[in-house]
Amino acid sequence: MTSEKPAIEVRGLCKTYGAHEAVRGIDFSVAAGEVFGLLGPNGAGKTTTVEILEGYRDRTAGTVSVLGEDPQLRSTALRQRVGIVLQSCGMYRHITVREALTHWSRFYPHPRDVDEVIALAGLGEKQDERTRKLSGGQLRRLDFALALVGDPELIFLDEPTTGFDPAARRAAWETIRSLKGLGKTVLLTTHYLDEAQELADRVAIIKDGGILAIGSPAELGVQGISRYQVSYTDADGSVLSEETDDPTQLLHRLTSEAIARGESLLDLSVTRPSLEDVYLELTADV
Amino acid sequence: MSDPAANGQVSLLWHQYRLERRMFWRNPSAAFFNFLLPLLFLVVFGVIFRGNHKDLETVLPAVAAMSIMSTTFTALAMNITFLREQGVLKRMRGTPISTGTYLGGVGLNAVTNTAIQIVFVVLAGRLFFSIGWPPDPIQLIVFTFAGVICLASLGVALSHVIPNFDSAPAIVNAVFLPAVFVSGVSLDTKHSPAFAKDLAQVLPLGHVVTGLKGGMVAASGGLGNHLGALAVIAVWAAGGIYLAVRGFSWESARS
Repeated sequence: MTSEKPAIEVRGLCKTYGAHEAVRGIDFSVAAGEVFGLLGPNGAGKTTTVEILEGYRDRTAGTVSVLGEDPQLRSTALRQRVGIVLQSCGMYRHITVREALTHWSRFYPHPRDVDEVIALAGLGEKQDERTRKLSGGQLRRLDFALALVGDPELIFLDEPTTGFDPAARRAAWETIRSLKGLGKTVLLTTHYLDEAQELADRVAIIKDGGILAIGSPAELGVQGISRYQVSYTDADGSVLSEETDDPTQLLHRLTSEAIARGESLLDLSVTRPSLEDVYLELTADV
Repeated sequence: MSDPAANGQVSLLWHQYRLERRMFWRNPSAAFFNFLLPLLFLVVFGVIFRGNHKDLETVLPAVAAMSIMSTTFTALAMNITFLREQGVLKRMRGTPISTGTYLGGVGLNAVTNTAIQIVFVVLAGRLFFSIGWPPDPIQLIVFTFAGVICLASLGVALSHVIPNFDSAPAIVNAVFLPAVFVSGVSLDTKHSPAFAKDLAQVLPLGHVVTGLKGGMVAASGGLGNHLGALAVIAVWAAGGIYLAVRGFSWESARS
């Protein structure tokens, strides 16, 4: 975190489609250089939120600032500083990878070197291939490349690895980490917990258009809602478990009592809730 | 890239136009339906009516009008539907290229095809069918221009009601073929039924044919004699432009 103005600032954001409230008054901010994850199940309002920030949709209420500008005004200057990987979006079918990147690079005042971007996206062998001959994973890498060729300060990644095989996901993660290494701000939406946990500095868990929790993956794990779980097998062979905010105290009590009884606590374990546990707990339909 | 002016919208328009041209020629079905088909009609009718000067004078402007319709109406209805459903429009919307520049590139590509075809039709008339050079080039240009604006905007407007790319050819041809038929029928005033003639009077294509005929093959007293035809085309163009702009969507309704 720096004292700089946040790259993204969202206050009281609402979006309704007719009677349906897709986003209901959410607040968050993303610091410059931060990788921020919006995590939630399908239909939670992630894409609506991101598309408002990208300038694709007008908000119903609230204030939104992206790199100091209101994205709804769709200024060219803002679009020159932002790179977008949409959840799904196509391409001219008869264009080659290199032609596409060369053409896109002309949209921006200070584009990156096309060869460099081709290499970064791992498309070296496919650079002269027409896009209709690319696999789904290769097309997704082209999406990345097209979003990066303008050398943006802020990159939106809407479910960037959905449909990837594990190896391709790892490769995409490396690319996203390298963006962070370059000081870029990244707003990432995902429904993969491991992705949020691996990549994001902070995560907002979003469901039914509202933010349920916000913080670093580690903070979310220990904060409030979910607690440490201590489990063990007693002398009768039954598995017992207790939850606590303070595992040190609990362990001290349990082990002291066991020693006093002359027993051992078998299979003693202390588990800190993973982001997944928190997520499942928060997004569970009661 | 290193040239700062390269980022100007005029330069971008040129690059976008070049890209659209390249994409057009690389897509064999677009190249065939939007470009070769009208020329094929020209050859077929030319052979059938060879030596029959009167009929050729009717066929030539009709093929020219059909060329305008296929290169603008058909091509844009299909192309805009494709770009929207494929997600290219949405992707473009997220980049700094302006709406006018991008759609200008797409539109100029279509108009280039129109211009090339009109030149082909005129040359074919002169070289193969002994029809003279256009007696009223201004009228030819005015009616070509009016036809382009009208039919291009109607094509874009039609794209808004085409739900997906699979249904595009059927819907576009369901409009294109009857329009060509009705307007063609209107030329044969002796034999065509009254309702078809009335319909042709209301639709724009027949008026484009009449105007082109005066410009291309038989001078008809200048534009002053065609103000009614231009008025009908203008009304359709105004409606087309209104619907094309109003209904425009950058993304598929499914997303």
